[in-house]
Amino acid sequence: MPGRTLHIDWTRCDARGSCIELLPELLRRDNWGYPLARTGSEFAVPAHLDDAAEDAVNLCPVLALRFTAPVRG
Amino acid sequence: MTMFDALTDEQETFVAPPVGVRRLLATGDPSLRTHLATFGPLPAVDGLGGVDGVTAALEEAGLAGRGGAAFPTWRKVASAAESGRAAIVVANGSEGEPMSAKDATLLHQSPHLVLDGLLLVAGVLRASEAHLVTTDGQLAPLQRAIAERADARGVRVRTTEDRFVSGEASAVANAIERGRAIPRDHVVRLSIAGIAGRPTLVLNVETLAHIAVIVRFGAAWFRSVGTADDPGTRLLTVAVDGTRRVVEAAGGTSLRRALEATGVAVESVRAVLVGGYHGAWATGEALDAPISAAGLAPFGAAPGAGILIVLSRGHCGVVRAAEIAHYLAGQSAGQCGPCANGLPEIAEVMGRLARRDRDASLPRQLRELGGLVIGRGACHHPDGTTRMVMSALEAFEHDVHAHARGLCQEVA
Repeated sequence: MPGRTLHIDWTRCDARGSCIELLPELLRRDNWGYPLARTGSEFAVPAHLDDAAEDAVNLCPVLALRFTAPVRG
Repeated sequence: MTMFDALTDEQETFVAPPVGVRRLLATGDPSLRTHLATFGPLPAVDGLGGVDGVTAALEEAGLAGRGGAAFPTWRKVASAAESGRAAIVVANGSEGEPMSAKDATLLHQSPHLVLDGLLLVAGVLRASEAHLVTTDGQLAPLQRAIAERADARGVRVRTTEDRFVSGEASAVANAIERGRAIPRDHVVRLSIAGIAGRPTLVLNVETLAHIAVIVRFGAAWFRSVGTADDPGTRLLTVAVDGTRRVVEAAGGTSLRRALEATGVAVESVRAVLVGGYHGAWATGEALDAPISAAGLAPFGAAPGAGILIVLSRGHCGVVRAAEIAHYLAGQSAGQCGPCANGLPEIAEVMGRLARRDRDASLPRQLRELGGLVIGRGACHHPDGTTRMVMSALEAFEHDVHAHARGLCQEVA
């Protein structure tokens, strides 16, 4: 199964940090507490982290995280 | 059969196409009468071969958007037609860039060309709504133009805030849908799902004016001026010493010639900020580069919305870049954390550099902060701001080093 892609809605994100705790392999905290991915607002989730990513989407208190189209290939 | 073939015979019975580079600004006054005498009537939508006919002509013409992003116009129109849902077409004359004046000039001088483009695209897409968004200063000439013609009565005109980010396409869509001209988060293109989830085609007013002449005179005529990679004309704003001059120039015109066309002597120029406040600084040999995507790419610049901001000799580029960074930080809508926090910090560090704080780490701090904000916002405000600052570090490298030692070469 190809991995999915997560999208951060910066207009909602409030630096609560739950996604950073759930996905330490993909996100770290920037200078101001916001999630910092390798690639800007959208980042690929490897299949083995899909469950954690699902949790991150569901547990974000401000609904700033969502899945977008699956990564091709 | 292309639309150009379909139109040629009919067109010649009306009026000859404008000759030379004065096309969008070819009329002497903004009246409908002069507009019709100059360009002839707008071809009927039925005779254009539908969406396919119009997109084929726009593709052949090679028209790219004139609002800044330079996206191929035919592709944007085609994607708005794909979903099958009724589209919304928006003419964007917000012109949030403080140094730009070309959209305002166009709306004052050739409002009917913009209306033609809007009505034509709306007609061919069978759009349910046609909007025109602009700022207060352009409202009166637009309303006069609309009152002159029956076909434009359905156009919904609204004014937007005179704010830097309010001209961004998603901010324009947001203004129409929710009354707030601030960018919004979107994962699919507006042309696929924008206002109320409907395909929303936001086109710059100059782009629409070009469409209005292309459907009249054809792609070959459009390409008869300009270069193969930058066909047609483009409106440029040259901002120098507090004045803004608008000129229509052939695509691929060099920066040097564009400056000369507006009376600016290149010898008096220290640098040009190309593409507006989100642009890149051109100095030295870059001033001979053509104003086209390919011509400016080697210098990290792009035509953007055709804004050329002149820094005259005797003025310090580091100081000017710091002033602009400060302005841009203040223009963040404050919605996105990295932008709301990062831009003021960038402006602060840039300000220390401009004030010649003896701290050699300032350029490195700017690069790190830039890396933290790029790509991390609902719009490209953090990216554009970072581009301008990084470009200043490069273009004014010697001044940057001098400033770090407490000196300034440009200003005694």
